[in-house]
Amino acid sequence: MRMVDIYIMGKRYEVPSNLTIIKAMEYAGYRLVRGVGCRAGFCGACATVYRTAGDYRLKIGLACQTVIEPEMYIAQIPFFPVKRADYRLDELEPTFEALVKLYPELLRCLSCGVCTKSCPQDLDVKDYMADAMKGNIAAVAQKSFDCIMCGLCAARCPTEEPQYRIALLCQRLYGKYLAPKSKHLEDRVKEVQSGKFDEELKGLKGMDIEALRELYNRREIEPE
Amino acid sequence: MSYTPEMRESIKRVEATRPARLGKPFPRMGPEERQDVLEKFHPDYRPEGFREIRVGPNKGEKAMKELVDILEGRSHLTSNMLDLDRIDYDTDVLVIGGGGAGASAALLAKENGAKVILATKLRFGDANTMMAQGGIQAADKPNDSPVIHFLDVMGGGGFTNDPDLVEALVMDAPQVIQWLEGLGVMFDKEPDGTMFTIHGGGTSRKRMHAARDYTGAAIMRTLRDEVLSYPEDIAVLEFAPAIELLMDEGWQVAGAVLENLETGEHLVVRAKCTIIATGDSGRLHYQGFATTNHYGATGDGVVLAYRVGARLIHPDTYQYHPTGAAYPEQIVGQLVTEKVRGLGAQVLNVDGEQFVYHQETRDVESAAIIRECNERGKGVRTPSGMCGVWLDSPMIDIIHRPGTIQRELPAMVRQFKRFGIDMTVEPILVYPTAHYQNGGLAIGPDGSVKGVPNLYAVGAVTGGVHGRNRLMGNSLLEIIVFGRRAGRAASLRSKEAKLGKLTLAHVDAWHRQLEGAGIETNVVSPILLPDYTRKVR
Repeated sequence: MRMVDIYIMGKRYEVPSNLTIIKAMEYAGYRLVRGVGCRAGFCGACATVYRTAGDYRLKIGLACQTVIEPEMYIAQIPFFPVKRADYRLDELEPTFEALVKLYPELLRCLSCGVCTKSCPQDLDVKDYMADAMKGNIAAVAQKSFDCIMCGLCAARCPTEEPQYRIALLCQRLYGKYLAPKSKHLEDRVKEVQSGKFDEELKGLKGMDIEALRELYNRREIEPE
Repeated sequence: MSYTPEMRESIKRVEATRPARLGKPFPRMGPEERQDVLEKFHPDYRPEGFREIRVGPNKGEKAMKELVDILEGRSHLTSNMLDLDRIDYDTDVLVIGGGGAGASAALLAKENGAKVILATKLRFGDANTMMAQGGIQAADKPNDSPVIHFLDVMGGGGFTNDPDLVEALVMDAPQVIQWLEGLGVMFDKEPDGTMFTIHGGGTSRKRMHAARDYTGAAIMRTLRDEVLSYPEDIAVLEFAPAIELLMDEGWQVAGAVLENLETGEHLVVRAKCTIIATGDSGRLHYQGFATTNHYGATGDGVVLAYRVGARLIHPDTYQYHPTGAAYPEQIVGQLVTEKVRGLGAQVLNVDGEQFVYHQETRDVESAAIIRECNERGKGVRTPSGMCGVWLDSPMIDIIHRPGTIQRELPAMVRQFKRFGIDMTVEPILVYPTAHYQNGGLAIGPDGSVKGVPNLYAVGAVTGGVHGRNRLMGNSLLEIIVFGRRAGRAASLRSKEAKLGKLTLAHVDAWHRQLEGAGIETNVVSPILLPDYTRKVR
């Protein structure tokens, strides 16, 4: 096992070279409460900023998905005080005006692109912010969809934009108001409410297990 | 971290058999063969993984060893440790747990007029819900019906499910999809609005709805945002796990003691009704398996409710997801969504041969993979000594059209790309991983915990909905269906519940029971977090 030196908040630890940042911290002796979550790259709890020796540039990553490098300087950002606008979705309209009213700082965006460089999901944050400034809610919703709300974009933004919260608002506006409606879903909900399936279901519930098993083994399966 | 030369040789054999495998389905197992492979290879059938529970409502029954260890644990508290007259929070409904189940319950409790506190161990939304990728089932297509869904669920669970709970699950499902969409969840659709749905293991109709492969994340961030829209009705307490339920003199549940995970401070919450939505227990690492579960999935709610008299159903079964990552080492155990198989990727051994139909139910699929690796010795060895089988992901683009993998599975592609593997052109290596607690607290269709007044439970902490094996896409469905039901029921119940003086006498009684059964233990439970810290001097 090759060992390397890393620096957790400036303090040196010697750890095996193949570990992720999370596992390296645990190897060093940390019992994590903050800065750890799903450990699979989905929750955004373990946003981390780091730098490697000899390089002035700051890099970012999710601690659970990033393998350590020798001479890596690590700081986690488990919480960042980002504004959430006060709204109720059913009182909104899916318009540019609604976005700007809730997040007027949207118009201060410089399109500098630091957000895009800071995204561990490799989303083009700058691009969807440009769509937001044009009021193209559908485009924001689609382009930001893979966002895990780790907050690194907001943490590094020079104009203090809450990008990921604007993105979530656009996703919700799109899902509720702009996405095409499913007729078959509306029909089925009405059918269930009208009691259409009650009797048949009661019949199945009343069957003994062997009869039910027989029915199950013979059931028709929709082709792939 | 790309594949070793030996693995590359094996991949060549996978590629060689691909043309012959395309369009030629491998036969499904018959009922006897299914039972046989389960009994011989599924971890639930390994006697050494289980032991008898010596105390409490399920005394004398077998359960997973790791679960029994925490069930038989001592409390963090004794009755004389806290002044219960000093109440920090007084509320109608206390929801313990900040995943999809807890958030749904909080919203419906609020909607029905209750003041709500939602307390969660880590951040709000840090939960297995966030990690659910593949989808959510609902019978909303014309060729499908809740009745067919019912039959699939019962058969998938080996007919051990509670039919009343299954009825609630399948009948509420279409409405739940509509509710989620009304809150702004973006489901995958055709341009005309038709839901894009596919199969999951054990489904007889294509009823798996998805939001790319971030289905749970999309649902969770939406529910969380909705809860945060009502701060005057729902107070959210983060980093505040429940360490014990409170009761009153009439032996009703009356809230909980929370612990501030950062300062150690104890908080007394008096609540007319309490909803346990603490999730799974995969972080107990049953039988040494890696897990797909969230860091906080330590079975807390089962422990809390068991001490106040709740019964467990099926505490002797756990679900192993057939396709956990087996390589590279850094992501071993992490979920490879069943949607990969749903889109057509087959499962293959070291010689590129199929040995099981790729859409068997999870228990059977897992058992067949374990058989291939352990008995037949036809798995693929990794440098760290693990064994796995190939999941032939590139087939998806061949079956559908180029770009499908990237469009339908962006999270999976990203996950492997971070470690130098491109699953759009190379297969990925998988092995079963601890995934889902099939059993748990016994509840009624309104989420009420059987035999314990004022207590409700929702989600993975409960049992009965899925029997001894859950189908893909029914747990996201379950948490919303029963979250809504429990939220509504608890809210209504809270209007008539009358509480007496608070007590922790049940904790002392529990300790006496442990002593009476001759149990000596160092375990203090709920354990709250797994301990992965290397022991330093």
